[in-house]
Amino acid sequence: MSIDWKEYELPEGFYDELISSPGNARQPARQLANYLASLTEEEIQSRKLAADSTIKDMGVSFTVYMDGSNIDRAWPFDIIPRVISSNQWEKTAAGLKQRLKALNMFIDDLYHDQKILKDGIIPEFVLKQSSNYRKECEGVSPPFGVWANICGTDLVRDKDGQFYVLEDNLRVPSGVSYMLENRSIMKRVLPEVFEKVHIAPVGDYPENLFSMLASLSPRKGERPVIAVLTPGIYNSAYFEHAFLAQRMGAELVEGSDLVVDKDDCVYMKTIAGLERVDVIYRRIDDLFLDPEVFHKDSVLGVPGLMRAWRAGNVSLANAPGAGVADDKVIYAYVPQIIKYYLGEEPLIPNVETFLCYEDKQREYVLANLDKLVVKPANESGGYGMLVGPHSTKKERETFAELIKANPRNYIAQPTLALSTAPTLVGRSKAEPRHLDLRPFILQGKDTYVTTGGLTRVAMKKGSLVVNSSQGGGSKDTWIVDTSAGKS
Amino acid sequence: MLSKVAERIYWTGRYIERAESTARLLSIYDKLLFDMPRQVNLGWYNLITINNLEESFAERYSVQDERNVVKFLLGDDTNPSSVISSLMAIRENVRTTRDVVPAEAWELINETTQYVQENLQQGVNRSNRHDFLDNLITCCLQIVGLMSVSMPRDEGWEMLQLGQYLERADMTTRNIDAGVAAIIQVEDDDFAVNSRQIIWGNVLRSLNADQPFRRAMRSSIKGEAVVQYLMTDPHFPRSAGFCLSEMILAAEALPRSDKVIKEIRKLHRAVMACGEHGGHGQEFRDELNELQISIRNLHFLIGRTWFLTDQ
Repeated sequence: MSIDWKEYELPEGFYDELISSPGNARQPARQLANYLASLTEEEIQSRKLAADSTIKDMGVSFTVYMDGSNIDRAWPFDIIPRVISSNQWEKTAAGLKQRLKALNMFIDDLYHDQKILKDGIIPEFVLKQSSNYRKECEGVSPPFGVWANICGTDLVRDKDGQFYVLEDNLRVPSGVSYMLENRSIMKRVLPEVFEKVHIAPVGDYPENLFSMLASLSPRKGERPVIAVLTPGIYNSAYFEHAFLAQRMGAELVEGSDLVVDKDDCVYMKTIAGLERVDVIYRRIDDLFLDPEVFHKDSVLGVPGLMRAWRAGNVSLANAPGAGVADDKVIYAYVPQIIKYYLGEEPLIPNVETFLCYEDKQREYVLANLDKLVVKPANESGGYGMLVGPHSTKKERETFAELIKANPRNYIAQPTLALSTAPTLVGRSKAEPRHLDLRPFILQGKDTYVTTGGLTRVAMKKGSLVVNSSQGGGSKDTWIVDTSAGKS
Repeated sequence: MLSKVAERIYWTGRYIERAESTARLLSIYDKLLFDMPRQVNLGWYNLITINNLEESFAERYSVQDERNVVKFLLGDDTNPSSVISSLMAIRENVRTTRDVVPAEAWELINETTQYVQENLQQGVNRSNRHDFLDNLITCCLQIVGLMSVSMPRDEGWEMLQLGQYLERADMTTRNIDAGVAAIIQVEDDDFAVNSRQIIWGNVLRSLNADQPFRRAMRSSIKGEAVVQYLMTDPHFPRSAGFCLSEMILAAEALPRSDKVIKEIRKLHRAVMACGEHGGHGQEFRDELNELQISIRNLHFLIGRTWFLTDQ
């Protein structure tokens, strides 16, 4: 039996990315849907196997560290792509650029004059209690006033079909290598569709990342030496670190490969001696960067790195301290932040957010814990959350206590009706599965947004959790130009 | 080239060589024992002694028998010199230098590691040991062959050479040492000449040198000739002298190599002169021991020069 879109069980109360009503595909996905429906069960199965073996051959994996040894796991991949029209994407991309620009102005302000606090837009205690604010960064001016050079913003589509920002990842967002690998897999799996449909390419990311990083070099006029700083092979994103270094022709280094000399410059150890490093794309967290300043026992970092950075002898991307805007309480203020710094209305709305330190909002949250999602302000990866509708009474009681004890540390949001897309189940059945989208935005001298991004799928029926560490998978994301069809 | 990358390639070279020569040593050792007259008291434990592994062996096993020795040298991952540890180390090193090492080599290394893990028992049991070790040696040769036909002759290649030849020079001196140790145990009786021949013939075979030896030396298998050949022959790729000459060539292609070259030259002279004074008794063993210490020091000097281990 092949795929029959009339049989596709459209979920009620959710927006489906590909199918608008039984048997009818949305316009940008129409050719794809027709093509998939034309394949026999055997053909679909063989495409699926082709995708799996391609993943194995390319060695696409994420690493799980378990029982003292590391295991490479292939990330579940679904061969039915998620399709977005280029029209809608352009607007979304503009909104993402606007957002990152404003956030960078905000971070720069926080580490200098703190006008936004003085003007009373954001209460001062929010900043005082932010665990990602770094006093050590005050007064530093990174190139172009940009602190978060690489941002992964999570977008979700609600039942109205509108994109909302769920969170901004301004520390060390990962996943872009999967976005690139997913595309090369799809080109091998469905080459016929690529011939017919105008699918915007995504492969220019490493080039843009390289140019952005190069633009940060403190030694103007010289060919910059760029290094990707990884915590090492046991990190779950090691594959991505190696992948990006390779694609950019940058050096992949660990902390022990670098030294900061008496001249406050950073050098890497090469067989020809010490060679100066200009830009470090660091993939380790702030607190592990420099044992002289942060965690004293960190072996991942480089003693003196902060000294070199403060002296302007090396650029770090993202700059230390950029994570202050990752705080979910700050998130709630982003619409005001955009208005304050840019004088513009936000192009992409936030998800409605309740701040637990505000008495009225907290009362509402406590009274509606069973309907809301409660998140700690400074966690990532989906940890430490309460998903109200799926929670037990005991869990809700625990969270009520946590919130009362530390209201600044919690926010709550309504349970979202995350959009769905057809996902291959069994041999040739397509069923709706929930998904989100993580585009990557770069800001240096210029601003750049990936074409689409990484679509993450909750592979379990009805599940809303898309994180790779918690059973999520991914899909290729197609931005399709419907105005100029290929002939 | 980043020092860390250079260091990992250097160790890849060392470990490939170690895995292969350990497998070779194990594969011929039982033949030696079969051939020895009963009077000669030579045991498997000798393999532990020549590799200086007495202490770590004692931590794991109390009985010094064939089974334990083979297990320890083949499949014990707590022994850093075992075949399985060597392969795991190669895998980790290549995994982190995949942009320098050919992709097929990475796949081959994966397959070999898997093969050894899955078939380890065959190597421990005597009946299938030969086939297992044969396969293993073939895999190691494939990896080396693949690298030699596809790696650019740049700094990475020279590092691989340095590692391989240093390990090989070390292994050759250990093999000779093993022979001398066995000879010392041979009592001067009617079987002595025969036993000595078997032992030296065995040393040659463990280095794949029996045929080339006969052609080059036109001699019967006698201690002096064997030692001279394995130490100094300029053409045989496993002679200690040859290994060191190759190391000089590799070092010359690398930056900042003056000190290292000077040390290798010194070592080369010592190798060429080793055993000159005749006699293969304890004195000669001490000389070999000195050489092994010098090789170890050379390794540290390589580390300080290119891997910046002290910075």
